[in-house]
Amino acid sequence: MRSDKNTSAPLGLKVAAGAGLLFLHLPILLIFLYAFTTEEKSYQFPPPGYTLKWFAAAWNRPDVWDALGLSVRVASISTAVALVLGTLCAAAVSRTRFFGREAVSLLVILPIALPGIITGIALRSAFSFVDIPFSFWTIVLGHATFCVVVVYNNAVARFRRISGSLVEASMDLGADGFQTFRYVILPNIGTALLAGGMLAFALSFDEVIVTTFTAGQQSTLPIWMLEELVRPRQRPVTNVVAMVVVLVTFLPILAAYYLTRDGDQVAGSGK
Amino acid sequence: MNADTSILSRRTGALGQLSDTFWRKPKILLFLMLTPPLLWLGVIYLGSLFALLLQSFFSIDDFSGLINYDFTLDTYRQLLIPSNFDIILRTVVMAALVTLASAAIAFPIAYYAARYARGKWKVIFYLGVMLPLWSSYLVKVYAWKLILAKEGILTWIFAKLHLTWLLDAWLSLPVIGGSSLSISYTGTFIVFIYVWMPFMILPIQAALERVPGNLIEASADLGGNPAQTFRHVLFPLALPGIIAGSIFTFSLTLGDYIIPQIIGSSRLFIGQAVYAQQGTAGNIPLAAAFSVVPIVIMGLYLWMAKRQGAFDAL
Repeated sequence: MRSDKNTSAPLGLKVAAGAGLLFLHLPILLIFLYAFTTEEKSYQFPPPGYTLKWFAAAWNRPDVWDALGLSVRVASISTAVALVLGTLCAAAVSRTRFFGREAVSLLVILPIALPGIITGIALRSAFSFVDIPFSFWTIVLGHATFCVVVVYNNAVARFRRISGSLVEASMDLGADGFQTFRYVILPNIGTALLAGGMLAFALSFDEVIVTTFTAGQQSTLPIWMLEELVRPRQRPVTNVVAMVVVLVTFLPILAAYYLTRDGDQVAGSGK
Repeated sequence: MNADTSILSRRTGALGQLSDTFWRKPKILLFLMLTPPLLWLGVIYLGSLFALLLQSFFSIDDFSGLINYDFTLDTYRQLLIPSNFDIILRTVVMAALVTLASAAIAFPIAYYAARYARGKWKVIFYLGVMLPLWSSYLVKVYAWKLILAKEGILTWIFAKLHLTWLLDAWLSLPVIGGSSLSISYTGTFIVFIYVWMPFMILPIQAALERVPGNLIEASADLGGNPAQTFRHVLFPLALPGIIAGSIFTFSLTLGDYIIPQIIGSSRLFIGQAVYAQQGTAGNIPLAAAFSVVPIVIMGLYLWMAKRQGAFDAL
């Protein structure tokens, strides 16, 4: 029991914490300002004037649309693969103890624990070794590999909270394994999977390091942006695309948060 | 178990029988559940990784540019020549500095969120960390290109504060300076912190949330001032969280090749060396040997972190 819950933070701590959060957010806000600048050739601040014309310019760019389309398709398929693999792995690891269990969880985490460039170059040299040409599927292969861990983490956390007695009760009442999965387990892990899937989608949608090694000549949206960063040709269009990307990635993150925040109240966890 | 002695009768239909089989022999179910992920990660991912490692023991023929498939340690010896070793040293020093600075910036945010933030503020802090953490990596780098550019906002702020001389003095320093912030180590350092620091906050916060408030009060009651309480109570208890967070900041900085390419001097980091060796230079063995360096460093790091109990804080 705490003696006084309402102690307020020391001023120094408040300032340091607030400054830290501002440091994280101001640069992103700046992107929004630059999307409206009339300046084309440099990153001049303050912008000499404001205009909406770059939104129309970005809208009429087929290369941006192509890149966006490819990114969405890759992210969707990768997320679907990651959902299946991550859930299977999480179920196996959390419901049973077996030899090598630790190794399996390490294996799942490895693709994000190791620097992305290693995953990228490893996959690329493997593709060239077995003569697989770069395609849509080589990108998906790379993305799904590191998306599994996001789904896995969300699912494992939820599986841990589901009481084993729920499953036993279902079995006692005569349900077979599939019915138990469909009517007891799935409703309980559903939101965790949805959240994991959204984060996996966001991760894949944004990935650039592995993609540069597995895409060949194809251009996902991050690769399009990378090219603009290395050799700026269309600064105003890039500003607009950057702003849209920020807005689009915020949605799944917020949704994932609201889906998992009530995760403590999973049925049967009160035991 | 025999059907006659069981309470329920055998299930009928293919699915029912399958379900019974799984119940009687859970190992079959386990095997079926583990096979797809292990095939994917174990065969495709680990297989590629081992194939890469294998290539680091080959060498490249200097004249023909073809790969010589005889076992050799020559490629690893090349890592030790000064120009390559400098790259490794530079990257490791940068990763260590970024990790330390990230911990220093992340700690107050995590501590406030864990101990003082309640209700609405708790949500604001949580989302305030999650949104930058998950928002687009390239957009974040791009934002800093706008900020650090010579004609950008930072130069403008320094000019408004009549501190341009300070910025110029900083940029004229050896090593960390440069002709503008966006092509100096200082710029690279700031962007690395900005992009990887959020990964540090949540593990520290998780560790701090397990520290009971009365422990801090006990320390104060026993006469400890805030600095002593931090040094002897808070810091040791937060250490596993800091180490857990540092796994991310360290590893991510170690392998990054995009940030130093876009914001920084032209001196290479490990990631850029790997990229250049496998791409334009076509020297896959040397690229592979270079990529072994972060793997070994991270292996040691993870081993050390595990001994410190950092994985419990994740």
